[in-house]
Amino acid sequence: MSTLEHKLTKTTETVFTAEFHSLDGNGLEKAKKYADRFRGWFDGVNATDNTAAHAHVSNVASAIAMKQLGLEPILQVVCRDKNRLAQQADIMGASMFGIENFLALTGDDVTAGDETESRRVFDLDGPQLVRLMSTIKRGEYMSGRKIDPAPHMFIGAVENPGAPPFEYRVERVAKKYASGAKFLQLQICYHQDRLEKFCAGVRDAGLAGKIAIIPTIVLIKGPRSLNFMHNRVPGIDVPADQIARIEKATDPAEEAYLQTLEFAQHSLAQPAVRGLHVTDFRNDETLERLMTDLGRVRQSITSEVKDNHAYSA
Amino acid sequence: MTTFIATIEHVVKGPVWGCQDCGQCVLHSTGMTCPMNCPKTLRNGPCGGVRENGHCEVNPEMKCVWLKAYDRTQAWPLPSAWKQEYNHLRPPVDNRLKGTSSWKNFFTKRDRWTPPGWKNTTDDALEVGHN
Repeated sequence: MSTLEHKLTKTTETVFTAEFHSLDGNGLEKAKKYADRFRGWFDGVNATDNTAAHAHVSNVASAIAMKQLGLEPILQVVCRDKNRLAQQADIMGASMFGIENFLALTGDDVTAGDETESRRVFDLDGPQLVRLMSTIKRGEYMSGRKIDPAPHMFIGAVENPGAPPFEYRVERVAKKYASGAKFLQLQICYHQDRLEKFCAGVRDAGLAGKIAIIPTIVLIKGPRSLNFMHNRVPGIDVPADQIARIEKATDPAEEAYLQTLEFAQHSLAQPAVRGLHVTDFRNDETLERLMTDLGRVRQSITSEVKDNHAYSA
Repeated sequence: MTTFIATIEHVVKGPVWGCQDCGQCVLHSTGMTCPMNCPKTLRNGPCGGVRENGHCEVNPEMKCVWLKAYDRTQAWPLPSAWKQEYNHLRPPVDNRLKGTSSWKNFFTKRDRWTPPGWKNTTDDALEVGHN
């Protein structure tokens, strides 16, 4: 059982997950650098699958590298680039290397990326992919062909509390829960009122304690990142007063940190919330500062992990 | 005969609903809004990319197909059974049915075939802890 699954299903501890950086050239060296930064802070780290429709080192290869480097990977699987056959192959391939956490996403469209001429696939959608993962967990491919032994899997999904139709987003949580999702990472939401309503809705639907809600916060250096997310990232709207707050500050980097900390504390106080997902664009000392301010103690590295680390070097 | 029925269906449903001839029509469960007009062809939308004004992530000029489906399901005088089906998990598209008549596939129940692995597998035994 993965640490993430153990903490979420056997304890009431708050969990922390993060987004691993995309890897390109010299990937393993960079993976080591990023892993050193994340190790000990997080219960699971997303091995991303062609983020924002840009080609990178594959999700499966990243996840294997992360595991060798002492991180606990969460394998993201998106629906944009591969059909159900290839998705099953990726899940089984990752499972062969001991990866147990899986995250199903519909995925940004190809138009969000830099090869917009690509063919979009979307053979399955997000909720269907969650059920496909449950099928594999039960010991079958979609065809009904048996998988013996069935891989151990802890399945999650994603939802955006900040995109219309707001009142329907909780129904989608119920749908993903019914398909087998046990945790749900949320898209970053800069409208606190929307997050509040969403989490209260999850609680009122009787889903608190059945699916672990994990909101996202983003560590940024200044207003540029906020403007980028507002203008370029599908489904994200940043209120003008939140952008102005950073723009007008005498020390924008410090103000951006304080804003992120406030969002983190606000998110953790909502019903049905079991943890926080951290996306780190700053690449400075603020990750450590944030985790410390949130009361997190860095875990030491076990000898087994050190061995793995040495093996991969 | 089969082609003839498919042609009639296309002539009727094309102009009215923007039918894409998937051969497994779910219009009744989506507020009479064809989900195959979603650029991602999602059968269980909307995705997380819906814009602030309710328009599509891919095509900013177009209202999100699934938002339209949601609004119509709420507002239109459709049978309540159909309205409830909006929330159902629709199975993956059977790509073999593309271009065939969904009317015929409905009467022969061919459109209700799902892969053997497509079963409800909710594992309620595994609850997550909570505060």
